[in-house]
Amino acid sequence: MLKKAEELNEQVTWQEVTTGAEIYEPATSKQINTGEWRVMMPVFLEDKCRQCLLCAPFCPDSSIPVKDGKRLDFDFKHCKGCGICVKVCPFGAIDFVKEEK
Amino acid sequence: MSIKDRMSGNEAVAIAMKQINPDVMGAFPITPSTEIPQYFSSFIANGEVDTEFIAVESEHSAMSTCMGASAAGARAVTATSSAGLAFMWELLYVAASSRLPITMAVVNRALTGPININNDHSDSMGARDSGWLQIYAETNQEVYDNFIQAIPISEACRLPIMVCQDGFITSHGVSNIELIEDEKVKEFVGEYEPENYLLKHENPLAVGPYGTSPYYMEVKRSQAQAMKDAMPVITDVAEKFQRMTGREYGFFEEYMMDDAEVALVVIGSSAGTGKEAVDRQRAEGKKVGLIKLRVFRPFPRIPLAEAMCKVKAVAIMDKAESFSNSGGPLFNEARNSLYDLEDKPYAINYIYGLGGRDITVEDYYDIFSDLFVIYDNDDPGDVYRYIGVRDSRFR
Repeated sequence: MLKKAEELNEQVTWQEVTTGAEIYEPATSKQINTGEWRVMMPVFLEDKCRQCLLCAPFCPDSSIPVKDGKRLDFDFKHCKGCGICVKVCPFGAIDFVKEEK
Repeated sequence: MSIKDRMSGNEAVAIAMKQINPDVMGAFPITPSTEIPQYFSSFIANGEVDTEFIAVESEHSAMSTCMGASAAGARAVTATSSAGLAFMWELLYVAASSRLPITMAVVNRALTGPININNDHSDSMGARDSGWLQIYAETNQEVYDNFIQAIPISEACRLPIMVCQDGFITSHGVSNIELIEDEKVKEFVGEYEPENYLLKHENPLAVGPYGTSPYYMEVKRSQAQAMKDAMPVITDVAEKFQRMTGREYGFFEEYMMDDAEVALVVIGSSAGTGKEAVDRQRAEGKKVGLIKLRVFRPFPRIPLAEAMCKVKAVAIMDKAESFSNSGGPLFNEARNSLYDLEDKPYAINYIYGLGGRDITVEDYYDIFSDLFVIYDNDDPGDVYRYIGVRDSRFR
């Protein structure tokens, strides 16, 4: 019974959970919305950004996607709003605001 | 042919480990279990086993090492006592909930406060709710036999197991023993072939995930089922072991119970003294018996209750305090198991032997005498008692 992570949801019974809560595939944290922990949120100001890419390696949650040498907007499913990117940006291209939900 | 020898319980466990030849041992020395990794290290140094011995800086790391090794697909063993076991506490729960079949030799020693190196069961009894299987031994022979049986029990149940023996009494006391031939042990324990493990590259695996409220309770219920399901596994392994050695093991041993009127329920080496007391009382015509509990986790609630119901009064012996104001751990579980039965015996608790205090044949005479009075007068009095403690009221 090698269940995929997506088969494990809040309806599974105790008989259906995997032995020892093992997960039989890698990197399943991508599927989980941990962005909801956020209190503050970064705002990407694209017009100020020079694409120096200093922010992306500093992000502890790999929440700044980089494609073809350019950073894209934040991955808000996983960004925790720590603000490190705001501090490291040399160009003031990331604003930091209280998130309204 | 089995090999007749004489040795301490620690050496017997080390030899069992040598015959099992586990993949990994992570261990840290602590009295009175130090000799186990010490003997085992010499087997490694002499090339008699090819186990990876990982010298760690603490028991916390010893258990972490075993967990990492076990999750990676290795057969992992360790040994500890007292404060060492206490220092593993956090990991005991993680090992059990991750269903890692680690085999640990526990050489029972009192927990500190005041500091003491001698035997009682406060260390492993404190860990009784951690989700580990627990098997206790009366003699050096039993601890050797239990350790060998522990490997297939633990791996079949996917639960970690503590193989307990009494510090210094059996761990350092030398007695005659029958060892099993290496090839037979090797065949008995087999190769460890887990279905999933971290180093199985074709099947990526995550162990020990975060269990949020919507999942945690289902995981714990499933773990509780594993403990229930361990009952027939323990029986099967004991039957297989008996076919190999002729030595019989159950959840408990009944000694002179068939026509007994009163009985002791006791764990570990103190059962040896208890049997001597039973023999001497029997010689005087007193119908006394003894139940020696071997398996404490899972607790053999139903068969134990049936065995206790053969008598009119039982003394349930605890070599550990619970500070619960309602008796020791064995007492609470054994007495609880009687509740649903109509014809149940009186059940009296005696806390004994703390910090290495001797329990003597004469102490058992006093207990039997108390039990007969209880039974004759139909009055249990205070069921939470001590034996072998100096008491100003009785000077």
